[in-house]
Amino acid sequence: MKETRDDSGPSRTRPAPKDPGGGRNRVLVTGLGAVSPYGPGVEALWQGLLEGRRPLSPLPGAEKIPGLGVRVVGLVPELDAKLIPRTYRRAMSRMGLFASLAAREALDSAGLAEDWPRAMGLALGTTMGSPETLTEFFSQYLVAKDFSGIRGATFFKIMGHGAASALAQYLGLTGRLLAPSAACAAGLQAIGLAYEAISAGREEIMLCGGTEEFDILTALTFDQILAASHNPDPQTASRPFDSQRDGLVCSEGAGLIILESESHARSRGAAVLAEIAGFGLSSSPSNLVHPEIEGLTRAMQAALDDSGLSPREIQAVNAHATATVEGDRAEALAIAALLGGEVPVNSLKSLLGHSMAASGALELIASIRMISQDIFIPNYNFNHLADDSIKLRLPKFPQKLIITALLKNSFALGGVNASLVVKKCIDRPT
Amino acid sequence: MMDERIWGTVTRALAEEFELKPEQMVPEARIKEDLGLDSLDMVDMVIVLETAFDFKIQDKAALKEIQTLADVMEFILITIEQENGQAANA
Repeated sequence: MKETRDDSGPSRTRPAPKDPGGGRNRVLVTGLGAVSPYGPGVEALWQGLLEGRRPLSPLPGAEKIPGLGVRVVGLVPELDAKLIPRTYRRAMSRMGLFASLAAREALDSAGLAEDWPRAMGLALGTTMGSPETLTEFFSQYLVAKDFSGIRGATFFKIMGHGAASALAQYLGLTGRLLAPSAACAAGLQAIGLAYEAISAGREEIMLCGGTEEFDILTALTFDQILAASHNPDPQTASRPFDSQRDGLVCSEGAGLIILESESHARSRGAAVLAEIAGFGLSSSPSNLVHPEIEGLTRAMQAALDDSGLSPREIQAVNAHATATVEGDRAEALAIAALLGGEVPVNSLKSLLGHSMAASGALELIASIRMISQDIFIPNYNFNHLADDSIKLRLPKFPQKLIITALLKNSFALGGVNASLVVKKCIDRPT
Repeated sequence: MMDERIWGTVTRALAEEFELKPEQMVPEARIKEDLGLDSLDMVDMVIVLETAFDFKIQDKAALKEIQTLADVMEFILITIEQENGQAANA
């Protein structure tokens, strides 16, 4: 990864293409796992997106919360928690459970279901420790002024790295354990950190991604800062890039990915799904809430520089685009300025809602499927072209599209910007 | 009969909470080695027993001495006795 700190705008200097023999390892994607509002499984996610099904639903009890305008949410259907042994489950919040089930699927799809390398590293991003557990604790403690009924594993769910540590314990992993907390950018940041560790030769294989459990705190916060949709219709509430958009719809889930060095994947004959080619991060210190075009551009340019690709070589963009008025506008302008108006751009949040720390990982998983199946998922609920998106190519219908390189964005409150370049992997390890 | 009823309550509550099999619930079963419970589980054990018997365990330090299910039983009997004594003196 290269970080650009120059405030004068994106650098147009292209670095030399990566030399796999020159000290950096190629980083390959060999496994995918998902838990989303469609339910458990990458296939459920992919089929839902392909068919354009909306898994969003009315937010239970929303009308009883004074002043709350949010009416729609994307919740994961009930899962069988007992798939995880009690010893590990006791320290898992809902987001920990999501991550664990997604991780098992990722291992399975990588051909490592029964025997995964215990030396594997783990990078799992979350917005925060479990808000549900935090609420349970203070609901009891502040009312009763008594902690005698507080369960032994409570704090382990509240810790910022609670989901990551619970997953590492469950899988018995001994490699590096990272738990980046960067809200909506956390999942993509975790994948980028795993990519960097493998690229630099510090790890051979890593499990990485993001997880999020919905809590009313999130909906209230976005409502308070005028960034949440008040549309009560689950079918149309989330409308990225549409001129009628009125904010995001909160959701939840987890996306986990297996990354391996080329030599590691080759040595075990793994099937390769894609290649992570570049990663870029930047900070936007100008404002906590409002996205800054320059900061978004710096992250995308840094990812491009790291990949050695030119803007012309990017054939699709999976945008962060949450359906907020300002966020979509800033991202649209940044993409158009950097990549031009011909590259197809989509946002999957019209269907999935915004699963914050999980969103980058879930959307990257869908993007990898788009790359491997040569299909571009369109922008649903995009009916009215907005002036600020007019320079972008925003397909409204699914289309056959061979994508050899895709740029994925995730941007977070607090001015955290992450971009990642993923490539089609044509050559397969033998 | 009283002890059997208490034993049944203890073992049912612990088996349900910690997902243990009925055949594991024997007096000589060691909490750590045989039942696989650790210090976090001991915190939950207190909650489960307090709920099952509707009392508050005051002497939590004494829990550190517990090694087997028989010890849990003895601890419960002592606690009940103390509770009854306090009730009689009230």
